[in-house]
Amino acid sequence: MLKCRTVWKKLAPLARTSSTLCRQNVRKAGLNNGRIPTHVPTAHMSSGLPGGGGDNLKYALLVGAASIGGVAYAYHTMKGDQQRYQARITELSSRSQKAAAKESLPSHAPYLLLGGGTASFAAARSIRARDPGAKVLIVTDEPDLPYMRPPLSKELWFSDDPSVTETLRFKQWNGKERSIYFQPPSFYINPEELDSVENGGVAVLTGKKVVHMDVRGNKVKLDDDTEISYDKCLIATGGVPRNLQVIERAGEEVMKRTTLFRKIEDFRSLDKVSRNVKSITIIGGGFLGSELACALGRRSTESDLEVIQMFPEKGNMGKVLPEYLSNWTTEKVKKEGVKVLSEALVKSVTYKDDKLEIHLKDGRLVKTDHIVTAVGLEPNVDLAKSGGLEVDSDFGGYRVNAELQARSNIWVAGDAACFYDIRLGRRRVEHHDHAVVSGRLAGENMTGANKPYWHQSMFWSDLGPDVGYEAIGIVDSSLPTVGVFAKATAKDTPKAATEESGTGIRSESETEDTATSAVASVTPAPVVENKDDYGKGVIFYLRDKVVVGIILWNVFNRMPVARKIIKDGEEHADLNEVAKLFNIHED
Amino acid sequence: MSYCREEGKDRIIFVTKEDHETPSNAELVADDPNDPYEEQGLILPNGDINWNCPCLGGMASGPCGSQFKEAFSCFHYSKEEVKGSECIDHFRNMQECMQRYPELYPQEEDKDESAAPSDSAALTSESDSTAVTSAVSSDSTSPTDGQTAS
Repeated sequence: MLKCRTVWKKLAPLARTSSTLCRQNVRKAGLNNGRIPTHVPTAHMSSGLPGGGGDNLKYALLVGAASIGGVAYAYHTMKGDQQRYQARITELSSRSQKAAAKESLPSHAPYLLLGGGTASFAAARSIRARDPGAKVLIVTDEPDLPYMRPPLSKELWFSDDPSVTETLRFKQWNGKERSIYFQPPSFYINPEELDSVENGGVAVLTGKKVVHMDVRGNKVKLDDDTEISYDKCLIATGGVPRNLQVIERAGEEVMKRTTLFRKIEDFRSLDKVSRNVKSITIIGGGFLGSELACALGRRSTESDLEVIQMFPEKGNMGKVLPEYLSNWTTEKVKKEGVKVLSEALVKSVTYKDDKLEIHLKDGRLVKTDHIVTAVGLEPNVDLAKSGGLEVDSDFGGYRVNAELQARSNIWVAGDAACFYDIRLGRRRVEHHDHAVVSGRLAGENMTGANKPYWHQSMFWSDLGPDVGYEAIGIVDSSLPTVGVFAKATAKDTPKAATEESGTGIRSESETEDTATSAVASVTPAPVVENKDDYGKGVIFYLRDKVVVGIILWNVFNRMPVARKIIKDGEEHADLNEVAKLFNIHED
Repeated sequence: MSYCREEGKDRIIFVTKEDHETPSNAELVADDPNDPYEEQGLILPNGDINWNCPCLGGMASGPCGSQFKEAFSCFHYSKEEVKGSECIDHFRNMQECMQRYPELYPQEEDKDESAAPSDSAALTSESDSTAVTSAVSSDSTSPTDGQTAS
């Protein structure tokens, strides 16, 4: 439609100039009698030669003028008509094209994946690997192709590239650069081609939301009333960030200055905000909140941005790490330039004098310019009602069995799946690797594998340069834990380091040496560090004496061992012996 | 000497390198190589190729997936003296297809063509958690590979 309008607009001035030209031509032609189009009836009038005499001349002139005017008018009208005709034709043809385009959106997809995130992409890959020539259609309400989320709160913030918000490229641990998108656009095929393409492929339909699921009819309905039927369907719709009720009730001015962080657009807008305000407050002390706090905290060293993080727990990652470690982590986060307010419960938020005022329940008042809420994810169960799918009341999300199946041809994976883990029991996991593992498993089962959730997914987090950990299983701080840490020997102290490099004060180190050896000969017990340094170690989480979760604290490349211990599900009498398997003293 | 501390329900043990030098007496359950639930490597127990192996990245699932599968299967089952010598046509098809998608298959042609001989290396990668934990290994952040970017 727009196209023909622009065409029309382009034609209009052309029409005007051509008609003036024509008018000029007609004027000339009028006197010559030969070039006027024969279907112009008034032309005939001018074909007659004017008669002789003055009166006759005047009369002739009058008639001539009138006829020229008439011809010009007629020509102009004809031209206009022609153009209107053309416009009409173009419009009609474009209308039919549009109808054709709508029809060529597939009405059936053998594999229909709802949601365009990590789980969906992993499933698509799995299906394509196992079913040759499979035709997979991904439907997502986001405008973007499938991408990975972790860099949005980590690597992308540490990029030196000023155009990172556009390119969305980051440097991996191994130095290689890549995009957050799983695959470039050329990997995917157009939804319109899905039916016809020879070897199948993966098509992504962006900007469309599924609003209704008809399980009996094996079809879904989109928000534009299109219906797509399927043979097998995966629901991987993830969730939406939760908000605090006090903020929702606080009014538009507060909401305008609040970010619920999850998608690419949130990263872009927060990046922009962080360059334009003086103070940002992050509410939430879990993974996302702490990672964003550290990322923004690092940025604050370059600008005069104030970064505040507040949460109800006693320390960062309070629900995940045992208290001693949570406190240690909080100190590290503070070193990253973050003002941490722990045991902070938000009572109300108001907008006053161009600032946001956060009133805490204990009376503290925090003034800031922008708020980021990182208080959890609400799993998306929009299709539960229409699809007749069970929702789990304990963990949220769609309830599925160990094979991730909800009903006959419907599987659920990723953040939205509350599944039965044979080893660890029913759970719902909101981590990237779980999305990959469960998406892959769902794809396998959609192509006939019938495998239960068995390969345990892991997760990781970095909080600044000193703290990096990998974890697996159920890592809940309310469980009893046993932490085994590498004891920092005298060799690891800064003094030893200066001694090694030879830059230290020699005399001091010599006297120090003699002092410690004297102490050692007197008492067999080692010199106890009064400040515990949890530099490297392993933490076991126990449930009924069985290890159900493990954190590898600044110890890397040992995940297979951890996975094995959880898989075995054995009772170990001495966890120090189990810790030996990790070689925590090595790099 | 290690020392131990209790903080409520949490136990903390500090150990020196010497403490951990003696081999562990923790007992681990023996693994069943034919466990159907387990993640498989590149070659399944019955000798077939596991197209869903993370080690293959997106090779078997992309636009040139079927060409890749044909070429690699031919190579895998080849009994010729020069293994895969009869598969030249398949590999050529695969290469032609890949050249149409330079973005997806960067023109490190030797990498793609030698995908077949390198499967022995891919086999050992099963024990490496990176291959196993990410279905999208070649194009995902593999956190367990080492120090994560911080």
